[in-house]
Amino acid sequence: MADTTTTLVEPTRRDFLYIATGAVAAVGAATLVWPFVQSLTPDAATVAAGAPVEVDLTPIADGQIVKVFWRGKLIFIRNRTPAEIKAAEDVNIATLRDPQADSARVKPGHAKWLIVYGNCTHLGCVPLGHQGEYEGWFCPCHGSIFDTSGRVRGGPAPTNLPVPPYAFTTDTKIVIGQEVTA
Amino acid sequence: MSQHPSTYIPKSALGKWFESRLPIAGLVHSSFIAFPVPRNLNYFWTFGAILVFMLISQIVTGVFLAMFYAPNAALAFQSVEHIMRDVHYGWLLRYLHANGASMFFVAVYIHIFRGLYYGSYKAPREVLWILGVVIYGLMMATAFMGYVLPWGQMSYWGATVITNILAAIPVIGDTIQSLLWGGYSVGNPTLNRFFSIHYLLPFMIFGVVILHVWALHVPGQNNPTGVPIKSGKDAIPFTPYATIKDIFATVVFLIFFAYFVFYIPNFMGHADNYVPANPSVTPSHIVPEWYFLPFYAILRAIPDKLGGVIAMFASIAVLAFVPWLDTSRVRSTAYRPLYKQFFWILVADAILLGWLGAKPPEGWYVIVSQIATAYYFIHFLVILPLLGFIERPLPLPNSILESVLGAKKGGSGMPAGANAEPQIKG
Repeated sequence: MADTTTTLVEPTRRDFLYIATGAVAAVGAATLVWPFVQSLTPDAATVAAGAPVEVDLTPIADGQIVKVFWRGKLIFIRNRTPAEIKAAEDVNIATLRDPQADSARVKPGHAKWLIVYGNCTHLGCVPLGHQGEYEGWFCPCHGSIFDTSGRVRGGPAPTNLPVPPYAFTTDTKIVIGQEVTA
Repeated sequence: MSQHPSTYIPKSALGKWFESRLPIAGLVHSSFIAFPVPRNLNYFWTFGAILVFMLISQIVTGVFLAMFYAPNAALAFQSVEHIMRDVHYGWLLRYLHANGASMFFVAVYIHIFRGLYYGSYKAPREVLWILGVVIYGLMMATAFMGYVLPWGQMSYWGATVITNILAAIPVIGDTIQSLLWGGYSVGNPTLNRFFSIHYLLPFMIFGVVILHVWALHVPGQNNPTGVPIKSGKDAIPFTPYATIKDIFATVVFLIFFAYFVFYIPNFMGHADNYVPANPSVTPSHIVPEWYFLPFYAILRAIPDKLGGVIAMFASIAVLAFVPWLDTSRVRSTAYRPLYKQFFWILVADAILLGWLGAKPPEGWYVIVSQIATAYYFIHFLVILPLLGFIERPLPLPNSILESVLGAKKGGSGMPAGANAEPQIKG
């Protein structure tokens, strides 16, 4: 048996106690962080105020874009003209940055109603309706361009304007915040 | 502080009694009275004192404003108008605070470029420099959150844009965003917590400033020649020389500050922020405060969300690595003929980026932003490391004294006194 030049000191009972005490303190401190971080998450009142909202579509004229809020977030409801629907459907989706067919962004049988979040997917500005190269939306902040399906067609936005969860309760009424009607 | 044992001797019996229990008078004496200061410092070295003054000014005006301000989305805008119209001298408190933030950044940018020009980041001052970058980061966070508090249109949309930046961070971005918002979008919980953090951060800055000054007092101050103090003749005592000079410079700076406060108090602001926050309408042109514009230009120059965010943070983080990116052994740019040209190109590039940040993101502005952004990084990542190997620096003076009085026997090369900045002896 060759002796190593460095002498290994046998761990003592005191070493164990140091490590065990330190570990308990570390776990305790980490546990205490949890309620502090949780206090920063959306509170119960905010969550309760985020319940689904009902929107009546009858007053919205052809071609009009209406802004509503759900959970403090802006939502566009666009009553699309036949020309706008056609423009949205006639796109070769392979050429898109975030490829998505127009039919996947509206409810079956309700192609004239486009419902999308109203904040640009770049940094959250509100794009202006009926503007930009595709007459969809144009974001004045950083120049993102969206088509009449709310899909990104230019500028820095990485994705299409997302479609919020919603469902038609009747032909002229939607509920934003729930996928299926009860 | 630590390297200069106190020579302070209390005179009174009470002084002796106290000093033996808490040697704070000795600490002040060795740090701010007897402390040796290079005799050739120019006025760019007064901005440290100006910055300490501005920090205190912001804390004092801020504490008073907080007595009248209501950190609630329904009340905030009204309470700011209440301060402006009803509170006695409320307009003065608010204009001092709002313009004070701009002045703070004016001073800090001069201070940072002073450090870059004279190589104040080089050994043995790397930790000092990094603490400075930390302070700068804290300042930016504080200023951003402060700008949100009046809850005007720019406040609201500035908060929306910046918090959306954080959402670009992979994996944890959404969680961070949700914790900042306290809801599903920027709203009352966001305003409330921003106020709390805005009140906290200046005291954290104060703490890091103490470390910054401590780290300064270990190696001592750099100077326009970059040559360290070698003998007592190179130095003069902090008090009265530096003290009086700092006070004089602060007073001159205050005149500049006062001109803005009393004559053009809204020059640095944006008219849209006098419109209450409206989540359904974005101002036609969102611009941050002027001191963020170069970074905003970098953010927008990259045609990719995450890429833009990374470039923006990297443009600040790269400063922390400057002590190691600069390979030249000569500190002061006065003796670096090549770097001197690149330094001024960098200054011009930063100003150009600032100008571009205020322009709409379209047409050739985007292309120029991309070129200016690329140059910014090339300066720090390519030019700065390479120059140290390529450049042939001018001969350095043997001492600070020689640079001030001229070489006695002409043995050591150039008449450096002519090259080093104006020799204002305290």
